[in-house]
Amino acid sequence: MTVNLIRKFVFRPGTYAWALLLAAIPGVHAADGPYFVTYGHDMEEPGSLEISASQVAGHPDGGHRFVNALTEFEYGLKGWWTTEVYLHGQTTAHDSTVFTGYRWENRFRLLPREHWINPVLYVEFENVNGADRSLLEVVGFDGQEDFLESNAEGRGEKERELEAKLILGSHFRGWNISENFIAEKNLAHAPFEFGYAVGVSRPLASAARPERCRVCPENFQAGIELYGGLGTHEHFGSVADTAHYLAPVVAWQLPNGASLQISPAFGLTGSSVPFLLRFGVSYEVAQFGRVVSRMFR
Amino acid sequence: MAQTAVLSRHSRSPLERAGAVSRSEPNPYQGNREAERAGAKLFRRYCAACHGEDARGNGKAPPLVSPEVGGAMPGALFWVLRNGSLASGMPSFSRLPEAQRWQIIAWLQRLNAAGSATASPPENAGALRSWGPEHAP
Repeated sequence: MTVNLIRKFVFRPGTYAWALLLAAIPGVHAADGPYFVTYGHDMEEPGSLEISASQVAGHPDGGHRFVNALTEFEYGLKGWWTTEVYLHGQTTAHDSTVFTGYRWENRFRLLPREHWINPVLYVEFENVNGADRSLLEVVGFDGQEDFLESNAEGRGEKERELEAKLILGSHFRGWNISENFIAEKNLAHAPFEFGYAVGVSRPLASAARPERCRVCPENFQAGIELYGGLGTHEHFGSVADTAHYLAPVVAWQLPNGASLQISPAFGLTGSSVPFLLRFGVSYEVAQFGRVVSRMFR
Repeated sequence: MAQTAVLSRHSRSPLERAGAVSRSEPNPYQGNREAERAGAKLFRRYCAACHGEDARGNGKAPPLVSPEVGGAMPGALFWVLRNGSLASGMPSFSRLPEAQRWQIIAWLQRLNAAGSATASPPENAGALRSWGPEHAP
């Protein structure tokens, strides 16, 4: 099943065509790390807009293969405040392709200087339907059984949720260590759901080479992330009925400013989708705010 | 007096806020031409959008070829790169490995040393650009 997923997703030329197009455009650098789920404490540069597109593909036991697509627009409002909007959609084999909703997140850096551990407060409003397969976070008792219903059934379920994260991040001797503690609440009904994400990564070289290079260690970051659900406020900390994933991550930062990321994720429990494959491309437009404001002068 | 102290703290430049311990750190790449060239590449990638390709500012961020930067201790520059100045819009660059931050500082030190050696900044800026990696053999 894993091999079939790789064959159908990774080795399809169309998957990479638009990514290669982005990689060919001259621009400025995209600063984010390699994680797909874990947040670090680094904020978007003020005035810069980062555009990202990512997919997650999976095949739940007893269900159909799916590919969920996310488009992100991340903007640095202040040095301590980053805001981001996501648009969600997914396609499921033998079913349909649907738009599944949006989310709006804000991150606030709480301390003005760098410390051993740096806290960031994350607040998000999510308006998605039950067909969503983004797996941007795993909370409560979320599991692969949620992905067995048809898109028609899932679209009828409205999920408006508020989510808060405490993000803790550290940079130490080239290593990044990030921890996220997640609490989520569906506005329509109880209970509070909890989850976590932890990531460790580092660039493959500390010092840069003097010459421009594309495929050189300084342009690559590698690491691993672990994320999963922690149950609800009524049943907290259960591992057996919650989904958990262990995911190596690799990011390649191109000199023209685009960044490519890939991460295979392995489900660790019976509730987890056995295997997920994530792929992402991001591109930062520096000083986007200034460019736009000049257009209206 | 307490209010004056608060105002005084916030009116100081980022370089002035670096502590004594930070200031005393030497740049392990000072005078290393390979590191300076690498620093030029990193500067273009991470800093030029705000500080200008020639590091002379672009109206949003201050120039980095200046008596203040040229006279700053390498450790103070490293402190600024690590912490940024979030209130004024400069992000923290702690995500960059320490070696890359020192390479950027080596490049800034070279820029300022060359900038103080001549009386004609525009010509000097052109000469300094020749240190960039695109002109490397």
